[in-house]
Amino acid sequence: MQPIDVREVQAAISRFANQDVYIHLETTNGAYASHHNEGFFSAGAYIRNALIRFSRGRITGNGPYRVGLKLDFGWVYAEGLTHWEITEKGQLLLAGHDYEGRLAVALQLSHEPF
Amino acid sequence: MKEKHVLVVFPHPDDEAFGVSGTLAQHIENGTPVTYACLTLGEMGRNMGAPPFANRETLPLIRKKELEEACKVIGIHDLRLLGYRDKTVEFEDEELLADRIGEIVAETNPSLVITFYPGYSVHPDHDACGAAVIRALKRLPKDKRPTVHCVAFAKNCEQDLGKPDVIRDVSPVIEKKLAAIQAHRSQTEGLMKAAKKRGGDALEWLKTERFWTYKWED
Repeated sequence: MQPIDVREVQAAISRFANQDVYIHLETTNGAYASHHNEGFFSAGAYIRNALIRFSRGRITGNGPYRVGLKLDFGWVYAEGLTHWEITEKGQLLLAGHDYEGRLAVALQLSHEPF
Repeated sequence: MKEKHVLVVFPHPDDEAFGVSGTLAQHIENGTPVTYACLTLGEMGRNMGAPPFANRETLPLIRKKELEEACKVIGIHDLRLLGYRDKTVEFEDEELLADRIGEIVAETNPSLVITFYPGYSVHPDHDACGAAVIRALKRLPKDKRPTVHCVAFAKNCEQDLGKPDVIRDVSPVIEKKLAAIQAHRSQTEGLMKAAKKRGGDALEWLKTERFWTYKWED
């Protein structure tokens, strides 16, 4: 993956607007966070291959970046994004890696199920 | 004691490497066949390599290849990939999961099964995996069940379970074990680099493998 280029990522997000797209959205502290540090409250969530349609999608911030997708009846949001990639299948992969390079957040869009 | 057949059941590629690869290599050198059933491909791992070379979509294929390489260096010829998804094992139907494991038990007829101790293995997939193995074996009459050696590392495991009753010195096969760990490059490279940097006896703990023999209640 490459460090995020805001203009290119914005263009890529916009190409998915106003059509049915599959989303993978995830945040994680890892399954061992509370094991290694008992004072750490671990929380996370993920959704894979939900079908959404957004009318407006924006990337903002100065890095790490935030992305918001405006749905007809709601929002999708992710923060802490640092890297991006377009796969051979044309999928947009956005990820946030922590200071050790571990994945902390992922937001991905695809025309086909992941 | 020479085992007839060893069946290992873990949920993630690399679960075998740190805790049991020395034991497996010793069984294999001793002429005992080993079957490894791995429930997922670790699709949701956070480690992407150090520096990162995987992404969320390429990680499963990379980890599959790493697992195959690890099996090769340990000497495992029978690897079963069960096709579950990382971080979802605890949400599967327990009976169906036990059915899948039960089929492999029936086919391979192991004298020893190695898995995680349910309730004492930190990661929800580990606990669910161990619980499914126990559920599958409980369906057998008590005198037909293989011995089960469990890996556990929850903070309270010694408090609740006592000291591990099986302690194996795997220093004679430590090179194979290190090679198995290194085969899981996307997951272990950062850790191994850090250990090397610390130097001294940072890797000493790998030379001993500890198990709790599962005690059947009924």
